[in-house]
Amino acid sequence: MIVILTGAVLIYSTLDMPDWGDPNSPASLHVSPRYIEKTIEETATPNAVTSVLADYRGYDTLGETTVIFTAAVVCILLLRRFEDDKTL
Amino acid sequence: METVIGKYNYWIYIALMMIGFYAMIAKRNLVKKIVGMNIFQTAIILFFISTAYKKDATIPILIKSQEVIDPAQYINPLPHVLMLTAIVVMVSTFGVALAVIMMLYNQYKTLDEDEIIEILRKKK
Amino acid sequence: MIRLYDDLIIQTVCRIMIPLIQLFAFYVIAHGHYSPGGGFQGGCILGASFILMVIAYDINWMKRRFSEKKNILLIALGVLIYALVGVLCILLGAEYLNYGILHKIIPTDSVKVRALGTLIIEIGVGITVMAVMVSIFLNLTTLGKHEKGEV
Repeated sequence: MIVILTGAVLIYSTLDMPDWGDPNSPASLHVSPRYIEKTIEETATPNAVTSVLADYRGYDTLGETTVIFTAAVVCILLLRRFEDDKTL
Repeated sequence: METVIGKYNYWIYIALMMIGFYAMIAKRNLVKKIVGMNIFQTAIILFFISTAYKKDATIPILIKSQEVIDPAQYINPLPHVLMLTAIVVMVSTFGVALAVIMMLYNQYKTLDEDEIIEILRKKK
Repeated sequence: MIRLYDDLIIQTVCRIMIPLIQLFAFYVIAHGHYSPGGGFQGGCILGASFILMVIAYDINWMKRRFSEKKNILLIALGVLIYALVGVLCILLGAEYLNYGILHKIIPTDSVKVRALGTLIIEIGVGITVMAVMVSIFLNLTTLGKHEKGEV
């Protein structure tokens, strides 16, 4: 019941969303043209995804790497059982 | 009719998202809940990727010989970046959640949520 | 616990495939500036090659080549490479993770060096993702008891 209600609300809210493939949707008007235009000039990297990932938003990716580092540490701490007290 | 053609992609993601949501709130098995969460995250990832798309545009890898770069020719790189990181977070949360579930199973010998709560109540 | 099952065809095919998969993973990491790819994707492919070793042979066969101690060290090393590049940028007098300043120690101009800094941190990310995938897989499939080598 809650699921159907939430779905109905979400479908109603999509009526205000931009159409699929619309080049003038708000998501692609704010900063992304600048990323596309300046990526070769500023970073010498033709792949805009890489330059945004590692250069313009490097701090974001650092946090990302820390997240998966933490996940691995949690998995090792929770599950690892050493037999006969042999450390690594 | 134009609304349907323009917006049907969102409706597909909403259907997918509601499947995941239903699994999260209605299922009792913890592993099924986690799989529901994964479906939910997949729906969100697809939604973000679809916002990046522009008609008649190509992937955001620039062609070197081009002098003037027109942003309308390349799809939006930003949602791709965000979702690239979100996929990795999805994998790591899935791993951690499975690890926690395995510890719970070792402790209580059941994966059913209600039974675990029952056992916890009896202990009090 | 599933008993170990040796199959000649699978083992031979995997012996041929694993170097190719690893080579492709390094290509994806290193060529991420010019084609789809990068640290996350290449790291995942590299981790998949080690997981294939575990599936086709057994865990001890894989751990002789890539020991668990090395694995845990590599998890930390990738994050460390990433963070140290940022600290290096501070020491040279720019903001954290502003690679443009690295041209003081690397003899290229300040635009090319940004691509180089991107490559360094992609390698760091790739190392971390690879080690994390292998570590999560090993610990989840064996409940953390993988000394005996049973899957």
